[in-house]
Amino acid sequence: MKTPAEYYQRDRQWHAPALTPEYKTSVSRAPSFPLLSLEQSASEITGPSFRNDDINPGDNDLLHNYATAGASAIGERIILHGRVLDENARPVPHVLVEIWQANAGGRYRHRKDGYLAPIDPNFGGCGRTLTDDQGHYVFHTVKPGAYPWRNWVNSWRPAHVHFSVFGTSFSQRLITQCYFEGDPLIARCPIVQTLKDPAAVDQLTAALDMNATIPLDSIAYRFDIVLRGRRATYFENRPEGG
Amino acid sequence: MAQRLDYLKETPSQTAGPYVHIGLAPGAAGFDIYAQELGWDIAGPHAAGERIRVEGLVTDGTGSPVKDVLIEVWQANAAGHYAHPEDPGETEDGFRGWGRVITDFDTGEWGFDTVKPGAVMGRGGRRMAPHLNLWIVARGINIGLNTRLYFDDEADANAADPVLGLIEWENRRDTLIARREIRDGAPVYRFDIRLQGADETVFFDI
Repeated sequence: MKTPAEYYQRDRQWHAPALTPEYKTSVSRAPSFPLLSLEQSASEITGPSFRNDDINPGDNDLLHNYATAGASAIGERIILHGRVLDENARPVPHVLVEIWQANAGGRYRHRKDGYLAPIDPNFGGCGRTLTDDQGHYVFHTVKPGAYPWRNWVNSWRPAHVHFSVFGTSFSQRLITQCYFEGDPLIARCPIVQTLKDPAAVDQLTAALDMNATIPLDSIAYRFDIVLRGRRATYFENRPEGG
Repeated sequence: MAQRLDYLKETPSQTAGPYVHIGLAPGAAGFDIYAQELGWDIAGPHAAGERIRVEGLVTDGTGSPVKDVLIEVWQANAAGHYAHPEDPGETEDGFRGWGRVITDFDTGEWGFDTVKPGAVMGRGGRRMAPHLNLWIVARGINIGLNTRLYFDDEADANAADPVLGLIEWENRRDTLIARREIRDGAPVYRFDIRLQGADETVFFDI
């Protein structure tokens, strides 16, 4: 049996290490032994796929997907859009992108969130979509607010949207967070600062995208996502995807 | 200076945080928003093979249960084929091989129903023992943890498995073996995951 084309090794020095003591919860949840590196097999180069009938067309509109008829969420209306690419800069089409976030006041619709900022009755805070043929995705939502959390006694998360992204293999599975250009809390956040390279933080910071705004309707931010790339087959006896 | 390579860098991972359920399991977060939540039916109604339940608990370095974990599973069907275009084999109609569960907020227990997978062809034509691929995210976990669940009633296959065989510390291989029991006439596999400390589960960089 021929060895299938593998995905590039994950750069574990670009990603955060497991143990990042300033982010206190990591201390008891970080494995103490090193990860065991595996050469990929069918178990790693395959992964789930999703179809249009898994989701509804309005699932990517957080302004309305939990609002009563005629209402919409309160807050700064934004378009959050971008492309899912691989490390070879090739688009990753037809993959599932899921997001979740707090409302404009920094409050999550979650039974465990006891922050005193109120729930928005017309905002759920989650959305999902499939990328198109060219890897594009788009969400309509409100810009989330910062919120306090118990790390230090006065810790505040920067405004952020959580992203969950599938590629075409289980080895590409990724969860991350999108921050917003210019937020002064980014540099103060111990979760952001688990990343050692400032360029890695920049990659998580969505850019204000005036060209994608809808005048008199919504401002826009662009957030491109890069998943692991796949080896070319110059040294393999099997064509890509063949 | 040499020419510049034009690769992009992978988007850095960040923790899923405490409210991962809102996005990936909103029903558990306490609200109903989607027509269908994804990931609750792994095998579908037509899958061949033995129907099994898998259960466990994730504990941290203090031995305390972790009650805000999300686990995804990826597995082959009973014939050892993945529901993926690059797998040369067939899977049954409705078999996704992918699932998603969360831990109970009060106890930390998690579980899912599926079919027991078959052996999968590994590298160099070496057959891998039946296994489930698991991916674990939670608050405090900066990048998702990959591990594998093997079955204790597959001792011969496990002994020949090329991935288990890579674990040089033989005492640690046992952390990947789920224990079979029969409850109310049905098979249940117990698989506890220890993030840190004594009997720490083996995690992989895949």
